[in-house]
Amino acid sequence: MPRKTSVDAMREALRAELLRDERVVVIGEDVKVGVFGGTRWLHREFGDERVINTPISELAVAGAGVGAAATGIRPVIDLMFGTFLFLAFDQIANQAGAMRYMFGGQTKLPLVLMTVSGAGISAGHHHSQPVHPMFMNMPLIKVVLPSTPYDVKGLLISAIRDDNPVLFLSPITLGSQRGEVPDDPYTIPLGEAAIRREGGDVTICTAGAMTRRCLEAARAMAREGIECEVIDLRTLKPWDEACVLRSVRKTGRFVAVDESFPVCGAASEWAATVAEKAFPHLRAPVQRVSNLDVPLPYSPVLEKAAVPTTERILEALRRCMQTEAA
Amino acid sequence: MSDVSTDVALDIYRRVLNIRRFEEEVGRLFTEGELPGVVHLYIGEEAVAAGVCAALRRDDYVTSTHRGHGHVMAKGGDPKRMMAEIFGKETGYCRGKGGSQHIADFSIGMLGACGIVGGGIPIATGAGLSIKLRKTDQVSVCFFGDGAANEGSFHESLNLASTMGLPVVFVCEHNQYGEFTPARDTMNIEDIAVRADAYGMPGHCVDGCDALEVYAVASQAVGRARDGEGPTLIEAKTHRRGGHAEGEEAFLAGQKYRLPEEERLAAKRDPLLILHERILLEGLADAHALESIDQDSSQQMVEAVTFARESPWPDPETVLEDTWA
Repeated sequence: MPRKTSVDAMREALRAELLRDERVVVIGEDVKVGVFGGTRWLHREFGDERVINTPISELAVAGAGVGAAATGIRPVIDLMFGTFLFLAFDQIANQAGAMRYMFGGQTKLPLVLMTVSGAGISAGHHHSQPVHPMFMNMPLIKVVLPSTPYDVKGLLISAIRDDNPVLFLSPITLGSQRGEVPDDPYTIPLGEAAIRREGGDVTICTAGAMTRRCLEAARAMAREGIECEVIDLRTLKPWDEACVLRSVRKTGRFVAVDESFPVCGAASEWAATVAEKAFPHLRAPVQRVSNLDVPLPYSPVLEKAAVPTTERILEALRRCMQTEAA
Repeated sequence: MSDVSTDVALDIYRRVLNIRRFEEEVGRLFTEGELPGVVHLYIGEEAVAAGVCAALRRDDYVTSTHRGHGHVMAKGGDPKRMMAEIFGKETGYCRGKGGSQHIADFSIGMLGACGIVGGGIPIATGAGLSIKLRKTDQVSVCFFGDGAANEGSFHESLNLASTMGLPVVFVCEHNQYGEFTPARDTMNIEDIAVRADAYGMPGHCVDGCDALEVYAVASQAVGRARDGEGPTLIEAKTHRRGGHAEGEEAFLAGQKYRLPEEERLAAKRDPLLILHERILLEGLADAHALESIDQDSSQQMVEAVTFARESPWPDPETVLEDTWA
């Protein structure tokens, strides 16, 4: 199978859907050049009416996406950085997520909002802050966070074909990573996790850029004779609760690893669900590993310390293995 | 003299009256404690929605505001389903999930009232983008208030619509107040229409209490948009006859925030009286014809209230319906 970058995978997904459905359009600031490359030069094939450059106006662009989606278009909006979503917050939180329900099911909103997300390239806080828990907290918005080039393509195609608002976040460090990506279009169902490594001793639940780090930690634990099961959720909302609970019933131990802030972060949601629904199976308290509760610092040394490190994941795994529930 | 036909004049009159009689019922029901929630009435501003919507087709789009009953009605909404929604009943437009500030009727291009000031402006712009992409000759109209003209969404959307040449008519209903604060305290210009210049689109001020004037200006802007010549900003100077929200007197504990001379002016500039007078003066119809429209309208609103009152509450189970598409 051909090996491609995530950026290639994203461009292939967009191209496939632009070809397949004339209602699909790509909209955003600098989408012709494509700052991260995912939309680059697509306008040369599809024209300025399908790949639309806009002013730097996140609120109006997101809102135009809402209005267009409600009236027969399937917009894919590129807002560049996850943090820029905050400039468009009203249109996402108050309008996109709510309109269908609020209007009694009168409309569908097939809208994709794409950004990169998270830390890892010393971009400073305004270009590194993770945002996904805030959108997970809102009803009726799907949130996707892939971890491989293969998943980028399959999940993005699914997101574009979905009739609901979907926030498609790509880890900022994923862009240049290579992986096997088939040439033909394919879909990966939203809401379906992938078990990246099987193991019977402890369950690790994670997503996005943290998946690699969890796999590193799992390999280190294996050298100590402890087998971790690593679950990559891929879709953060709706999330594959059944897959996680099945695993915890097998292992009896649970560590949630998420690149977002600790209070009301994604790890909190996963940990609470496991504590609530799998308590009789737990042999140790659930553990969470999240960002430190600070804005994302610039210096590579500080930035690395602010997000979950392999060391902190290992510590959590060891705490989990050492404690026995009473 | 206006150059509208009798048919058009009576059509506009009917729209103005339908709004007035509907809102009078809503105000009465609110005062009597029969409605849940909060309502913002459109009385005093009817000429704007009626004049603009009379210039639209059924398949044209409108977005609206928190004071949105008039826009739904003028676009052709069903008073029964509107009233039932305000009651919170299953038979309402949104099955009781939207309420007064979130009434929508997609079948007539009414894309929803909106509780966020300025929230509808980008959405109307997006409907305009959709029209352009689908290559139809529809038009998208955005109603918003003077307060919304100070929101960032106004700036971003007008610039976007102008840059892309979208078929959008931005209709600013300048009713002199943002909640309880006079517009003269929140902007340093007399006419919001001058802002159109900054985006490279035409801007027009119109007497928003004169429905025939509104119709004339709106027809021109709608025609322009339909012909692919891009967006227009219309500022309609009007008056909110009531408060920001019904029941605010209790909240304000007797304190006044409007000058008595302003209230007298607003009463004098009542759009229903002005239209009534113009139609008679210009010989477009006689008093009998107008009276029969009023009777018809009043009757419809009484029926709407009965329908809403007698409609069932939503089954609590439906709280989980209309979620994922």
